[in-house]
Amino acid sequence: MSKELWKGNEAIAEAAVRAGCKYFFGYPITPQNEISEYMASRLPEVGGCFLQAESEVASINMVYGASGAGARVMTSSSSPGISLMQEGISYIAAAELPCVVVNIVRGGPGLGGIQPAQSDYFQACKGGGHGDYKLVVLAPNSVQEAVDLVQEAFDIADLYRTPVLVLGDGMIGQMMEPVEFYPIPKRELPEKNWAADGTRGKRPPNIINSLYLKAEECEIENLRRYEKYAAIQKSEVKCETYNLENAEVVCVAYGMTSRVVSNAIDTLEKAGINAGLIRPVSLWPFPSGIIAEVAALPGVKAFLTVEMSMGQMVEDVRLAVSGKKPVHFYGRTGGMVPEVSAVVNEVKRITGEEI
Amino acid sequence: MFDVLKEKRINIVTGHYGSGKTEFAVNYALKLAGAGAGVSIVDLDIVNPYFRSRELEPLLSKYGIKVISSSVDSPALEVPALSAEIFSAFRNDASHVVFDMGGDDAGANALARYHRYLDNKPYEMFFVLNANRHLTKSAEDAIKYLRSIEEASKQKVSSIVNNTHMCGQTAADDILKGQRLCEEVSARTNLPIKYTIINKKLLNKKLCSIINNEVFPIDIYLKKPWEI
Repeated sequence: MSKELWKGNEAIAEAAVRAGCKYFFGYPITPQNEISEYMASRLPEVGGCFLQAESEVASINMVYGASGAGARVMTSSSSPGISLMQEGISYIAAAELPCVVVNIVRGGPGLGGIQPAQSDYFQACKGGGHGDYKLVVLAPNSVQEAVDLVQEAFDIADLYRTPVLVLGDGMIGQMMEPVEFYPIPKRELPEKNWAADGTRGKRPPNIINSLYLKAEECEIENLRRYEKYAAIQKSEVKCETYNLENAEVVCVAYGMTSRVVSNAIDTLEKAGINAGLIRPVSLWPFPSGIIAEVAALPGVKAFLTVEMSMGQMVEDVRLAVSGKKPVHFYGRTGGMVPEVSAVVNEVKRITGEEI
Repeated sequence: MFDVLKEKRINIVTGHYGSGKTEFAVNYALKLAGAGAGVSIVDLDIVNPYFRSRELEPLLSKYGIKVISSSVDSPALEVPALSAEIFSAFRNDASHVVFDMGGDDAGANALARYHRYLDNKPYEMFFVLNANRHLTKSAEDAIKYLRSIEEASKQKVSSIVNNTHMCGQTAADDILKGQRLCEEVSARTNLPIKYTIINKKLLNKKLCSIINNEVFPIDIYLKKPWEI
């Protein structure tokens, strides 16, 4: 298939359908409404079901139900809506059900605004909901990568029986970019023999549950689930690097911000300053290993984390760098996007260059 | 050649999401202003929160173009609060006006509110077409969109604009593919192709010689944050 021009939100929805998603439950919120709008017209064409729920709380519990019955299911929202879903996400993680949740992040806290932001990193990667659990968090930096990652997210969810969060921002949802839908490699997936989809009189009922009246049992379940998380950390780290060779300053940025940073790196190169980029694609599992390796390189003088937040991922970068090198931070917040020139100046400040 | 005296006073830019309505509307307004006309641009996009002409107010006002959008002063507003000032666009016969509509029939809806003021006036309603958008790739689909926009806006499209692009990756072949699509839509609807939009960076004599209608060269004003 040749390239076509797609809006990020539409492309995310189409990618989900192509990955076999048959059910979508959601509630409107800007800047991700095109996902629901697209699903409403597209899912009936593939024999699926779109339902606008009465709230985000209802949506995520519908996802819980459909996933428990073994269906490929997705919901999407933007920051405040994702906050409302946290209880349900915790239940889904506890019940070990696969599903895909898309967060097209907007400025916050509170109602914030409708412009792009990355200030839901903590919520995405550090729990968000209650209890000991993790989400696999994938952060695309182009519409094409969003299409690829959404499709892969369904396989990762099924393989590990875990909710997967695709973390975009308003810009990736709203902008148009060329996209090609090609078949992505499918993983070998286990049979869903746990699904509560009717016994047909042939087996004992499957029960989906997250309540443990004995603390000992709850602990055993948590320990077992964390073994699974360890396996994910071993196999599912995704990361891209750019211009790391000879880099004095290593920037760390994800999603849309990484594109601002890579343009800043090109500008700096023309001025004779060597900067590079580590772009985490999976935010959890976080590419700590790669960051630690780069931090140990003698040529690397400092790190600069750039985010559309007051500084969230920077904490994981500091943990990974582990004091070997200074870690600086530059961020814009509330829906503002860092400018290429501002990132250039931050790097120059670190290298002691004149601005 | 572009002749401001031949342009209608009221111009309405419609089309599918991503067809490049705003980019055309802004370039068109700048062209009118450059030719000495008094120009207002009315941003009637109440369906899309990003990439709207109101974001370009600082630039447009530098060229004397008046930007009318929401009655609430916020470029990122997503509520249908249309300014009462929009009526001035119908009343002021001395000034050209460019209506930049939201995408699809949903976006065209906002215009229906003004149909009483348009019905007895001559106007140009452009249907901007991008053959690279997945829902307007065939003539059949494009005509379906055109008709749904007419129905929602209560106005008739008067001409087609070929704006087939691939964002930063547009090639001459894209434009020619769009030209074939527009010709088919034109033949089936009896609507003329008024302009073929070509980014000034892609403009060359050979390409222009293949295109029978007027070529409208544009600059790109709505940029992504990393392109600035």
